[in-house]
This record gives sequence, C-alpha cells and structure tokens, in this order.
Amino acid sequence: MTDRSHDRLQDPPLSARLTENAVAMADALRRNPTMLFGLVVLTVMALLAFGAPYFGLPEPMRQSPIDRLQDPSAAHWFGTDMYGRDLLSRVLHGGQISLVVGLSVAAMATSVGLVIGLVAGFNRRVDAIVMRFMDALMSIPSILLAIALVALWGSSVQNVIIALTIPEVPRVVRLVRSVVLMLRDQTFVQAAIACGTSTTRILFRHIMPNTIPPLIVQATYICAQAVIFEAYLSFVGAGTPPEIPSWGNIMAEGRMFFFQNFGIIMYPGIFLAITVFAINTFGDGLRDSLDPRMKRRI
Amino acid sequence: MSNAPESDAAALQDRNAAPVLEVEDLRTWFDTRDGVVKAVEGLSFDLRPGEILGVVGESGCGKSITSLSIMQLVPTPPGRYASGAIRFNGRDLLKLSPDEMRRIRGNEISMIFQDPMSSLNPVLTVGDQLTEAIILHQGLGYKGAMTRAREMLDLVHIPEPEARLREYPHQLSGGMRQRVMIAMALSCNPSVLIADEPTTALDVTIQAQILALMEEIRDKLQTAIILITHDLGVVAEMADRVLVMYAGRKVEEANVIDLFERPQHPYTRGLMRSVPRVTGGEASAVERLSEIPGIVPALNNLPKGCVFADRCAFVTDRCRREYPPLVDRGERHLAACWESENLPEWTA
Repeated sequence: MTDRSHDRLQDPPLSARLTENAVAMADALRRNPTMLFGLVVLTVMALLAFGAPYFGLPEPMRQSPIDRLQDPSAAHWFGTDMYGRDLLSRVLHGGQISLVVGLSVAAMATSVGLVIGLVAGFNRRVDAIVMRFMDALMSIPSILLAIALVALWGSSVQNVIIALTIPEVPRVVRLVRSVVLMLRDQTFVQAAIACGTSTTRILFRHIMPNTIPPLIVQATYICAQAVIFEAYLSFVGAGTPPEIPSWGNIMAEGRMFFFQNFGIIMYPGIFLAITVFAINTFGDGLRDSLDPRMKRRI
Repeated sequence: MSNAPESDAAALQDRNAAPVLEVEDLRTWFDTRDGVVKAVEGLSFDLRPGEILGVVGESGCGKSITSLSIMQLVPTPPGRYASGAIRFNGRDLLKLSPDEMRRIRGNEISMIFQDPMSSLNPVLTVGDQLTEAIILHQGLGYKGAMTRAREMLDLVHIPEPEARLREYPHQLSGGMRQRVMIAMALSCNPSVLIADEPTTALDVTIQAQILALMEEIRDKLQTAIILITHDLGVVAEMADRVLVMYAGRKVEEANVIDLFERPQHPYTRGLMRSVPRVTGGEASAVERLSEIPGIVPALNNLPKGCVFADRCAFVTDRCRREYPPLVDRGERHLAACWESENLPEWTA
C-alpha cells in the first residue's frame, strides 16, 4: 500500500490519473452489465459501419437495374433497392453518417453549452443576457430550426451537424447553469474562495467537474436524439445529400416501394432503433459510475 | 515550523505584543427590501499572535458575518462594509483590491467551516484540494506541494497520509474531514486562523480531539485563532480571551477566567445560566435549566436604547433610551451595560 502510493507521488500526475481512470472504468463496466451491453452494441455498430468498405460488399452506390427490388438472397443479404443497389452495403455505410453526426452533435453541443452555462451560472449580468437569448432559441421547435438552417446553408454532413447542434445548446446551458447555481453556494466553493483560489479556477476546477455526471447523461440523450434527427432531416430531404447513403435517406427513397420491398425501410429502421437504444443504455450506466458518491453503493 | 517553548502560555498574556489583526468599528450591513439589516454594528477587537479569541453569542448575533467580513466573503451586494477598518499587520483589508485580498486568503488568514461534510469538494481527491492553496501561494510544483500536503496531514495526526491523499472526501469520516480542512487551512502557515464553529457538526469525542489539535497547532505554529462558537464549554476550555456578541454588537469582552468569574453583562450571565451543569450535587440535579426569555430583536429594526433591554431582568428607563457604551470594568474587562455595577453578586 505504502509502496504503491509512493510510486504514485513520483509518477507524472496525468498518466497516473489516466491509468487510474482506465482501471475505474473497467471496474464500473464489470459491475454494470447494462452499460457493458450498450457499449458492446455500440462498438459492434461502429465496426460494422466503419468496416463496411472492407467487407467485400458491393459499392453502396453501384446501380444494377436488373437486380432491382430483390428479396434477401445469398448475394444480397438484405435484398436490393429500386436501383438494384445492395441494401446491406447501403445500411452499413449509412451507419457512418449516423454515428458521426450523433457523436459530433453531442460533443459540440455539450462543450459549447458547458462553457456558456458555467459563465452564465456564475455571473449574473452575463446570465441575464445569455439566458434570454437561449430562451429565444428554445422557443423555436428544434427540428424546424434545423430544417431552416440546412435550407439556408445547403445540405452537407457538416451543415447537418451544425444545424442539429444549435438547437441543443440551450438545453445544455440550462442544465449546466442550474447545477452551477446550486453548487455556487456550497460550502466547498466558499472554502475554495477562502483559500484564495481565483474565480476562473473555481469555475473550471471546482465547479465544472461536478457538472459532468448530469452532462454525460444529457450528452448521450443528445447523441441519441441527433441520430434520430439526422434520419429525420434526411428523410424529409433536408439532411445528408442523396449521394451519401444515410439511414434517413435510404428510408425516404424506399417509402414509395414499401409494398415491393419492405426491407428498404425496415432494415435501416432496425439499425436506427438498436443504435439509439444502445446509446441510451450506455449513458445511463455511465452516469451511475461517474458520480464518485455513487461508486461505493454499486 | 519551530517548536515553541512550553512556557508560551505566559507569553500569550503579553498584552504588549503587536496585534496581528485589529478590527475597528466594523459595520457590515445588508441592504434588503425590508430595510438595512445591521448584521455587525460597530465591532472592535484585536488579536495577538498565538492568541485564541473566543467569539460567542446566539444564532444570528453576527458571529459568522464577522468572520466572513474579515475574509471578505460577504456577498456584496446585498452586503456592504458601512464603516470601519480591518487591519491585518497594519494593512486595511477593506481597502485592498480583489487580487491583493486573494493573496491573503488561505495564505495569511485562513478559515475552517462548520460542516466538514460539505466543505470539501466531492469530486476532487484530498491531495488535489490540499495542494491547491500550496501551489497557489507558495509557488511549489506539484511534487513539492504533495510532499508538503503529506506533512500537513501528519501534523493533524491523520494516519497513513499517503493513502489519504489519493482518497475522495466521501471515503473519510467527519472528524477526518475536519482534520483535512484544518490541514488545508494551515498549509500556508497563516498567522490568523478563523474557525467558524469547527466542532458543531462533530460528535463529542471527536470534538475534543479537534479542539486539542487546534490548541496544539497554536502552540506549535503560534497561529492566532478566532474561535467562533455558541458553546461556552468550548470557549472556557480553549480561549484566552472572549468576546460576547449580541445583535451584531460586542456586549462584553474579557480574559476568559475573568469573564467566567465575574460576568458584567446580563446577557453573558444568561448564556452561562443556560448551560446545564453536571456537578453531581442532589440539588442541582432537579434544578430547572434557565433560559433567556424572548428572542433576538430583528436586525433591521433595532430598538433605540440597549438592544438587550427587552429581554433583560435588570432593565431601567435609561436602558431603553440610550445605548450603553463599552466601559472597562478593570483588567481590560469591557462591558456595555448601564447596570453592571448594580448587578447581584455572581455565583458560579
């Protein structure tokens, strides 16, 4: 015990902490099977999506009019769409877009929202201005705002990401701000001030880490929602451009051939549902293990 | 960190030593919708190196606001320092810039809070929190600060300090956490330590240990301590001098022995009578514990005369008209009461 702790003091603190966190993470996964399940499903999904080009499947865009609207077969496991494109290949490639959009939106919305929320929660004057702006943003239904933004900027994956991020930011800001407001009057913040700690440091070192657990849950929720919204945008034609397969536009194109080949809508739909479910499961588990006060109880 | 000689009890009584902290005519007021709340009104006292000053009074008498004023942690607005000076080694803290004040907090004046359960950040390890002030004020690197943090945990008698440094606050007991808080407060060798009810949230045995620790630290480091409490037992045990506060004002101040031998203010007497005694006598066993009738007056609407008049058994017309000045009743025993001389003989 003593020897180990001695080593810890000699170690560069960051690397030591990373190993510690990795160990803690593995521990948490072992103790929380639902989270493990979510993570495994997500990993499989990511491998399928990003490994798709290497599976020897037909190109997702290669048309073959002779083979159009086929039922599943050995050559085409999920069948083909109205242009004779391999549905399996398209669905797997489409996963790339969903995952990239989901993760990017979650990462951007939480990081932007976190900074704004921290400052708003700590500074009353900034708070008054920023929160009114956020209220204004929140008053517009997010999907409409996203459609409007994509319509304005033109459809590309990047624009979809930004358009989905903007409506999510106010929700993150509200969450972070409420946590900051609650923490601001805690004795430990007073104690930190009494130690001579600067405001910036208190904000980022003492308060920010306390906002992470609820933020993680929010981030997974945003990620899941972004995956759905991306599909939704693509479905109504305001999302990913048609030359890139995504679950949304595969379903959109397939809806007219619903009676000829139900799979065109069903397969991307199933993938979408599984992905969203896995993200949510993972997020819930993550929250339980991120809170140091809950660590013991599990 | 030199070991002071055992005989420093005598040195502590040396009234000629220059005070490290002088509070002069401090007024901390709060502007509220219901008028100005005078939480601290014309408070003066001084504190010498190595001295323990007990500050006692009921809830809401301004004890905590006094300590927060010294640290300048009173939220402004609504609070404001309406007048006065807080001189620390001759510098008026009220005139310092926020940056200068930040360099004093935690470094030269530090503070321990009442509830050790909530005064440590739950998401940072003990080591992270201990090193913060050290890195900030002493310019040490991470490693040096960790070594210093370990020394501090040793000083406050925490077993296995190395292991504790890596633990989170929830892994420690209440007494341990208060020790960590004390270690944190002392890590930069402050000359003044403000302890705001440091033992209220702890059970009695732990309380005794923490108090003993604070006394030990005073002897070792010559830290002057302002001990804020409502527990007269703690004051009698620990303090060199005692300041009794009522409704934001100092009503009595004396050497601890003198205060308990001949309290000069009816309020102080009331406080002392309301402490249960465990004397073992048959008579005292059935004696009813006396309380001070009435409640503290609202601080935004204080009576014109003596603030204690409404609850005082010895009240006269003069008490209701004029506020009594603090008068020295001998041996620097100050009391603010018109009737001090007419009070019955005090039998402890």
